Amino acid sequence: MSMSEFLVFSEDLEQALLSTDRLKAEDLVASFSNLSTQDLVEKIIVPAMDKIGEGWESGDVAMSQVYMSSRICEDLIEHTSVQGDYVKQPSVKIAIAVLEDYHLLGKQIIFSILKGVGYNTEDYGRVTVDELVAKVLIEPVDILLISTLMLRSALRVSEVKKLLQQKGVHTKIIVGGAPFRFDTQLWQEVGADATATNTQQLLPILENYTKALLC
Amino acid sequence: MLGTLNSMQRVLASVSHQEPDRVPLMLLFTVTGAKFSGCTIENYFADAERVAEAQIQMQLRYRSDCYFSFYYAGAEFEAFGASSIFFEDGPPNAGAPTIRNLNDITTLKVPDIESVAVLQRILTTQRLLKAHAGDSVPIIGVVISPFSLPVMQMGFSAYIRLLYEQPEAFEKLMHINQEFCLRWANAQIAAGATAICYFDPVSSTSMIPNDLYLKTGFKVAQQTLAKINAPIATHMASGRCIKSLPDIIKTGTAIVATSVDEDLAELKKICLNKVTLMGNLNAIEMRHWTVTEAEAKVKKAIEKAAVGGGFLLAENHGEVPWQVDDKVLLAIADAVERWGNYPLTWVES
Repeated sequence: MSMSEFLVFSEDLEQALLSTDRLKAEDLVASFSNLSTQDLVEKIIVPAMDKIGEGWESGDVAMSQVYMSSRICEDLIEHTSVQGDYVKQPSVKIAIAVLEDYHLLGKQIIFSILKGVGYNTEDYGRVTVDELVAKVLIEPVDILLISTLMLRSALRVSEVKKLLQQKGVHTKIIVGGAPFRFDTQLWQEVGADATATNTQQLLPILENYTKALLC
Repeated sequence: MLGTLNSMQRVLASVSHQEPDRVPLMLLFTVTGAKFSGCTIENYFADAERVAEAQIQMQLRYRSDCYFSFYYAGAEFEAFGASSIFFEDGPPNAGAPTIRNLNDITTLKVPDIESVAVLQRILTTQRLLKAHAGDSVPIIGVVISPFSLPVMQMGFSAYIRLLYEQPEAFEKLMHINQEFCLRWANAQIAAGATAICYFDPVSSTSMIPNDLYLKTGFKVAQQTLAKINAPIATHMASGRCIKSLPDIIKTGTAIVATSVDEDLAELKKICLNKVTLMGNLNAIEMRHWTVTEAEAKVKKAIEKAAVGGGFLLAENHGEVPWQVDDKVLLAIADAVERWGNYPLTWVES
């Protein structure tokens, strides 16, 4: 497939995802018999989800559409006829968690996409500060993604950072969630290494970190 | 412009799309009251008198034009058998979802308000505030909309799947939630609430697209608001709403509280002489504002939306965060007194 064909395919998929039209999305993927998993992920799904994430940031796309799109993409990667498992960087370990809140939506969206694009990601679910630190200490990860909804939880990321540093663990911390969107200085205040509100922002950060880790 | 008014007169004039003496300031205080009572947040919300006393003190100190009788979002969820998780420095979190499968919706019953301790305490607070202020200060009661409550009841992702994939179960859940919402709203009005704040963040276009809103949250709001015996302020809890605003106006709401992500001047054009606009100071960022920044933000909001009335200055989140400093809140009040006196000749010129 040429780049322009990939682009058209990705735009068609984006429209199908925004309409939560699962059948159309499946038909689109099925119509390309020679598609590799890597091409499906990197040239079609990621650009489509980037556009959707960009739309959410600008107010043109709703969170429900982002969530349903991420679920459809996860299923597309798992169940379509494309060939072969795709693990982007098996040696880089990533974990994702929601700190204290029961609002897991943002975490689930990011987890689905990371899994889909081939990152070796573990889902810690909802955790307290102590639980999160304990999990990282038991099984160290290279990059820790922390999602929060409430300001109070966001501020507690600094405790996670402090406790990990005290134990000599220097895992990269990337934060996301409403408090970090409404206060653009907050991620630095809590000692995070980066912040991202959608996959378009997150994936280049992960790309850079994984490159650095593998050097 | 009218002569010096009390808070009730000021707010009523503005929601009637007239210019009162100054721009009404609606600071929605919840956990901040625990600081005034000198106790933990959990103990604060365990005592209806403490909450009423703190509301009175905060309204005086920060020159706000309302009492906010809301405790915390999970209070209504407690009516459905859930727990709340208290912290020392922030609002309680709602506990784990109680609806885990579709069968839980089938067997769900409308809770009895009288048997829910926290709801009874809220009603007591409202009675105390009404006894204290009479009709001089609006008492804002709160309901979580039937359409937004399921985020706590079943978790956000499960609820989105329900919205898209299980229309019958959705209708059943809305039926139960609407009945509860109506009973709870009208009990608050009977206890002294002047108006009801209808928290409906799921209806925000940040959460669902407008076409889905029209099929779901819009209908729920239209049916529910028609049966609540008081003016309604629809609050998006910092979610965007400009694209669905013409439809939100059709639900019968009197006030719409908007997001800091949207431009007050654009919102005001749509609301003009139809509904009152409330907003939209950034409650999260407010924590590290300087006095100068607070004044600039207040001035900008007034400049964009206050001419002609139909505007209530507030933060966009739905409650002032615990971390916001006293000096910032005083600076906001001072700025309203400096820049918010009608006529707003400095804006018009």
